[in-house]
Amino acid sequence: MRDSGPHESARGHVTGAALYTDDLLGRFPRLLHAWPVCAPHAHAALLRLDTDAALATPGVCTVLTGADVPGEGNTGANRHDEPMFPLEAMHHQQAVAWVLGETLEAAQRGAALVRAEYEELPPILTIEAAIAADSYLSGPHRMVRGDVSALERSALKFEGELRIGGQEHFYLETQCAIAWLDETGGVSVQCSTQHPAEAQEIAARVLNLPRSQVTVECLRMGGAFGGKEVQSNPWVAVAALGAWKTGRPVRVRLTRKLDMALTGKRHPYLIRYATGFAEDGRMEGLRATLYSDGGWSLDLSEPILWRSMFHCDNAYLLPNVELTGYVCRTHKTSQTAFRGFGGPQGMLAIEEILDQAARRLGMRPEAIRERNFYREGNSTHYGQPVKDASRIQRIWDELKASSSFEARREEIARWNADSPYRKRGIAMTPVKFGVSFTATFFNQAGALVLIFRDGSVQVNHGGTEMGQGLNTKVRRIAAETLGVPLEAIRLMPTNTGKVPNTAPTAASAGTDLNGAAVANACSELRERLREVAAALLDCAAVEVQFEQGRVSAPGKEPLPFGRVCEEAYRRRVSLSAEGYYRTPEIHYDPKTGRGRPFYYFAYGAAVSEVELESFTGDCRVRRVDLLEDVGDSLAEVIDRGQLEGGFVQGLGWLTIEELLWDSHGRLATAGASTYKLPSWSELPEVFKVSFLPRATEPGVIFGSKAVGEPPLMLAISAREAIREAIAAFGSGGPVHLDSPATPERIFFAIRAQQEQGGPA
Amino acid sequence: MVAVQFLLNGRPVSAPPVPLQTTLLDYLRGEGLTGAKDGCAEGECGACTVLLVAPHDSSSAYRAVNSCLMFLPMLAGHEIHTVEDLARDNKLCEVQQAMAAAGGSQCGYCTPGFVMNLFAEQYRPDRAGLCDPHQMGGNLCRCTGYRPIRDAALSLGPAPADAFQARLSRPSPRLLALRSAGFSRPESVEECVQILVEDPAAKLVAGGTDVGVESNQRGSRWAHLVSLEAIEELREFSENDDRVLIGAGLPFTDILRRWWNAPAAVAEWLLTFASPTVRNRATLGGNLGNASPIGDSAPLLLALDASLHLAGPAGRRTILLHEFFTGYRKTALNPAELITAIEIPKPIPALWRFFKVSKRRMDDISTVAASMALSFDEQRRITRARFAFGGVADRSLRVLSAEEIVIGQPWTKPTVEAAQSAIAGELKPMSDHRGSAAYRLAVAQSLVEKFWHEG
Repeated sequence: MRDSGPHESARGHVTGAALYTDDLLGRFPRLLHAWPVCAPHAHAALLRLDTDAALATPGVCTVLTGADVPGEGNTGANRHDEPMFPLEAMHHQQAVAWVLGETLEAAQRGAALVRAEYEELPPILTIEAAIAADSYLSGPHRMVRGDVSALERSALKFEGELRIGGQEHFYLETQCAIAWLDETGGVSVQCSTQHPAEAQEIAARVLNLPRSQVTVECLRMGGAFGGKEVQSNPWVAVAALGAWKTGRPVRVRLTRKLDMALTGKRHPYLIRYATGFAEDGRMEGLRATLYSDGGWSLDLSEPILWRSMFHCDNAYLLPNVELTGYVCRTHKTSQTAFRGFGGPQGMLAIEEILDQAARRLGMRPEAIRERNFYREGNSTHYGQPVKDASRIQRIWDELKASSSFEARREEIARWNADSPYRKRGIAMTPVKFGVSFTATFFNQAGALVLIFRDGSVQVNHGGTEMGQGLNTKVRRIAAETLGVPLEAIRLMPTNTGKVPNTAPTAASAGTDLNGAAVANACSELRERLREVAAALLDCAAVEVQFEQGRVSAPGKEPLPFGRVCEEAYRRRVSLSAEGYYRTPEIHYDPKTGRGRPFYYFAYGAAVSEVELESFTGDCRVRRVDLLEDVGDSLAEVIDRGQLEGGFVQGLGWLTIEELLWDSHGRLATAGASTYKLPSWSELPEVFKVSFLPRATEPGVIFGSKAVGEPPLMLAISAREAIREAIAAFGSGGPVHLDSPATPERIFFAIRAQQEQGGPA
Repeated sequence: MVAVQFLLNGRPVSAPPVPLQTTLLDYLRGEGLTGAKDGCAEGECGACTVLLVAPHDSSSAYRAVNSCLMFLPMLAGHEIHTVEDLARDNKLCEVQQAMAAAGGSQCGYCTPGFVMNLFAEQYRPDRAGLCDPHQMGGNLCRCTGYRPIRDAALSLGPAPADAFQARLSRPSPRLLALRSAGFSRPESVEECVQILVEDPAAKLVAGGTDVGVESNQRGSRWAHLVSLEAIEELREFSENDDRVLIGAGLPFTDILRRWWNAPAAVAEWLLTFASPTVRNRATLGGNLGNASPIGDSAPLLLALDASLHLAGPAGRRTILLHEFFTGYRKTALNPAELITAIEIPKPIPALWRFFKVSKRRMDDISTVAASMALSFDEQRRITRARFAFGGVADRSLRVLSAEEIVIGQPWTKPTVEAAQSAIAGELKPMSDHRGSAAYRLAVAQSLVEKFWHEG
């Protein structure tokens, strides 16, 4: 196999020539800018909306309200529970109307002049308050295996509670959509979305049009991470409605501050548990209730909660388990998909529990982890056999050796003994992550491949490029399947007019699905060309080879690929093909909580070493070693990028990224100056990444494996290393540490540990 | 509406009249130069970075700046380059090649900003050795985790001998005085004072890194902006046996460069102050003049008994920084008065440190900032103490009771504890999204121990 080279758009990225939605503004004469009228309360009834003063403002074109909607004024993806023009504001700054202006400033001035009267209603702002008020969007959901009462008889029994903070996506490109009426009366949209087909569906729903009248295109995204899976829909709806009403192009672009105030985030969770362990560290029972903070509407909260429950096992056998899950309804932004999709919260819970048990039993945390690993033949608590379970141990052993874990642990203990104010910690955690959409119908993909008579190729597929390198991988798949150089393949923007009814690019499955669909189309075309080439080369069809743009057969003068294509045209052989793929063998029944929701598992493990300072709670990540099972890597530069980037994003979630809402439900960290994502100071000083060798995944495109989400959860090793270092300030007993582990939380955890007693 | 002329990618442009607070970023994007992106509109993410040709002694340097924080009229007479200018004759420059080859871009949205900053670093005239990846500290990337960008930076050699390099041997453009209804750029302090007397509502802008945020994020609008960039006096730096004098309009980057022999605390302060991109424009006068209780300069300078040189309609005067802050974002500045320089008396105390506590170690705003200085007699007893804090009250302040209680004492653990008790009795910090009151108070005390422990 050849390498895929650098990112398919790398040249465009470094020159600034790569275009994103908002870079297209100059192409739309008479464009209108949209700006929302935002509710100033977290929960309030809208009594009156007076737009007269706004409409009298110079530069204001119109104000969009519910009266303008020809179809259904609701952008909720599943439950239709997100009114575009709500009569009850459900979170602070929720948009209740939109002003269209000749300039952005005019629209903003107009929005400030819309007079809205509200009656404030009591808001629910925390998970605890939602529980007290029985305010749930969904639940209870249950997953049960064995007899959880076993834990009552365990040698070690304890209960606990863990609070897990949310996370802002902070894709560098904020939400953006431009809509216009096209030349034939349909509605066209350019937008930054992971799910063009759903954007099309929502725009058609709002405008009361058949979907065939709406075309949505996404050039690329400046990052998404799940935040543009459904949360991109409302802005498309506003732009489309604006264009429909005015006949002019309309642009909706959220500023960073608005984006953070209006769009959903990773769900905060509260997890309460009771558990029992045998003296040797084997988990005997776990009863846990997971409460996710869903915000004001359902969004994707149900499958996200399920994924949390699926991943409460991480890499461990839970023989007796009873999980209950609720999605809490609060008056906040509607929390949504974010890399890991609930998996990270579930895994964090079990890693927390294992560490709590280890320190109570006097075991090393990594030893208790290993003790509970899945082994070959085990099944998960939802009834899916754990395929390749032995890889967990294999990865563990290889990483333990390559990272010199044991030697470093001893060295750290010596270093800590001489260092009263600074302590180091090292920890190792595994990841087992299920790959596939749990909504089984999403596991399908289409492609359309066009070969032109000169042998150049356009590839269309339903996936979207958000930086994850999907198009880099697809380009390689197409080039190798057709036997042409990478340069012969042009990846086209994702367009609902080319490939219809697509799934979102999500669940780490973008390449598995779209890559397979493209390979399917390219194989079909290659077989058609094989017949033509055999005639030209005067050989048997099976003898024809396609490689690097040359079509050859033994003992024959090779032909350029384009020559064969021209001949195919003349012989009236079609040079375009659609491709299709659906993931086999998967099924899941949410009612019983059983099935085989995942086609396979992605495995990995990480070792992190940190250093803490007791004066301030300052934390520094000294070294990180990652080992991930990516199957046969389709693109090493891309996969390494996903591993490192995912890890650092997870590190941010678990350490410095803190979402805080004030007592009025206002997001206190709505901006880059108040919400801190990892910067250069969080880059681990030493950062080693390797792929598991000999890990071909049969049945997946080119033997590869998903790589988008799993690395995020490798960062749990850093949180556990922080806990290990905190413990070193005291007697090594249990450490309570809610997430994220900010300097403040670390500072007080160290104090608590010091008060417990000096080093053992 | 002000018309503006400047050099853009080597070509003179005459921007049409635009509203006064139109940002350079919006202008560039409107002209089709969409490589610079809007990622945050407050100088935190660096996606909008462009290069400014700035003075470097008698020659020039490329300085990366946030185009979202520069109002277009401020560009008059300047020379800037955008990412579109770097690949000439269809050939990627070395920085672009290195970034692409290393996998330094994923979604690509932040990439032009990184490229601009790394380009400035590769061509930095006083660079010795490898490119410093931390020069990209003002650029956020959400995809890569920075490792490939670090590798790209470390792979670069000296800047090639090209037209970009040749440009640096000539001086940077001389900024001329400007007067118009909405925008003024005086050339002297006296002229500036006169403008402020005539128009008390005029808004002073130096680097624009705070005023730009106020404009973009809080929607503040002014009828008249007065740029301080053409006043040479404000950019002076001098040092003698009695004092260090720093021009109020000298960007932080230049302070660090000019005060090359400064004590370590200066680097502790400057290297955690905002980001390199912001430091390329931000000034000491601006950081003190806005009187933010979480500005990092005030505690540092309070610990040194620094004073401010002011100029106003009544002439020039000097005021101790300790007496300058009068309340939350309030100062002792009279109407039409401005800061011209900051004077740090010598000798600088034997023991002097600066500590910054923030959620993120780099490019964050302080939860607590502290600067502490001690002088000793021959018996190693404390003769003078300064414990100055930011982030613990409505203004930066010194904890006088702690300073008094340690006088005459040896610098030992009991003395530390006495100072800590005094701090606990005097500070009443508040809780906000950066930290709780309890954390702030505890850290303020514990920093005294850190100061003692680390010396």
